[in-house]
Amino acid sequence: MWKFIHKFASPKYFYNISGKILPPLGWITVALFAVGLVGALFLSPPDYQQGESVRIIYIHVPAAMLSMSCYVAMAVSAAIGLIWRIKLADIVAWAIAPIGMTMTIIALITGSLWGKPMWGTYWVWDARLTSELILLFLYLGFIALQTAIEDTRTAARASAILALVGLVNIPIIKYSVNWWNTLHQPATISKMGKPSIDASMLWPLLVMIAAYMCYFAWLTLKRARCEVIYRERNSSWVKKMVGEAS
Amino acid sequence: MSQPPLHEPGLIEVFGAVLRRELTLAFRHRGELINPLMFFVIVITLFPLGIGPELNTLQRISPGIIWVAALLATLLSLDTVFRSDFEDGALEQMVLSPQPLPLIIIAKLAAHWMLTGLPLILLAPLLGYMLAMPVEALPPLMATLALGTPVLTLVGAIGVALTVGLNRGSALLSLLVLPLYIPLLIFAASAVDTAASGMSITGHLLILGALLVFTLTLAPVAIAAALRISTS
Repeated sequence: MWKFIHKFASPKYFYNISGKILPPLGWITVALFAVGLVGALFLSPPDYQQGESVRIIYIHVPAAMLSMSCYVAMAVSAAIGLIWRIKLADIVAWAIAPIGMTMTIIALITGSLWGKPMWGTYWVWDARLTSELILLFLYLGFIALQTAIEDTRTAARASAILALVGLVNIPIIKYSVNWWNTLHQPATISKMGKPSIDASMLWPLLVMIAAYMCYFAWLTLKRARCEVIYRERNSSWVKKMVGEAS
Repeated sequence: MSQPPLHEPGLIEVFGAVLRRELTLAFRHRGELINPLMFFVIVITLFPLGIGPELNTLQRISPGIIWVAALLATLLSLDTVFRSDFEDGALEQMVLSPQPLPLIIIAKLAAHWMLTGLPLILLAPLLGYMLAMPVEALPPLMATLALGTPVLTLVGAIGVALTVGLNRGSALLSLLVLPLYIPLLIFAASAVDTAASGMSITGHLLILGALLVFTLTLAPVAIAAALRISTS
């Protein structure tokens, strides 16, 4: 088990195996997006209350889901790097951070675009919106700290601690914001609650979620691969590979 | 090789020694002690000037103003808590010492809190009164500050420990720490709000107490880990 992990965690092995995974994963992503987008934008019916605006949801929900799971993945990966000193884990955490941040931004923007026709305003200090905004700040902090420290090892370890503190804080933020909000404006929002969703709308949503996840995996691998080869630029295997190519 | 065994100081002794050192150092720089307090007072003074002197409005927003000002004042004063020790090498000695680093950190932060958090708590009722806060909301305000300012110090110190080696740490510090302050701000300000409308705030205070215990146990460990990284 440990032997396998160490083998997989070696940059060279990772570089080779990710090179094999990437192309099929990329095509799966494209196929899922094609099916999902056609289903979401053309085949699924408009909502009887929300009209055509409901189609924003197919973009919004997967992004919002990923924005949170990206943070967990990033923090866990950073923790693995911090505890077992696996360089690859640091790289993966660093690769995930901007993706998670982008997902958060997409979720916020599409959410406010959806909010305008639905709630009549782009922004409400609703529990979900607020905690999503704080999540964005946490990502920004992680990236800012990572870029502020010059030595990559130190940067990775310092930002790993920050990611872990943020991870502890996320449930607290989530519940405190919920609680704060219900205290002040009880009767609003969360139409996203759980209306039993019709099958004709459910399947494009599920396909879109799968597409986002594949896209996330593809992008993470791609970014991690670039970062691996950059950080290992002085090692013999990279020099040899580059030498062969040129 | 037969040296007499060194006197191993006990944990309380270490705590006391660090606390004394910090307080002595602080009192040698008396002028700096007053700065965060002045900041606190001036920020709060700016709000009535900016918003206008209507008492109803001020009364409505006063818990939030006082808490946000306390939060910023703590962050401002925390910025230097490890700085001078880092620059003259004392911090490395603390990291290297055989005594548990989290304990030394708790002592340092306790001294810091006594010099910044405590005066804030004492000053807050006066400012609350000036912002037209009802008198029965003043003791709850002090209670939330008493439970909350140590949390501000502890959580902020994590960010300070991470950025202490950086040249331009201050701007980064606020980005790292302020999002982590949000739960505390929400609970504390709504506790004072609730008290102002005459309801019981036991629940709020219990949550604030839980946050305090939680950070008091875990934050020193995180700060110690961060300092080890920053000094390595």
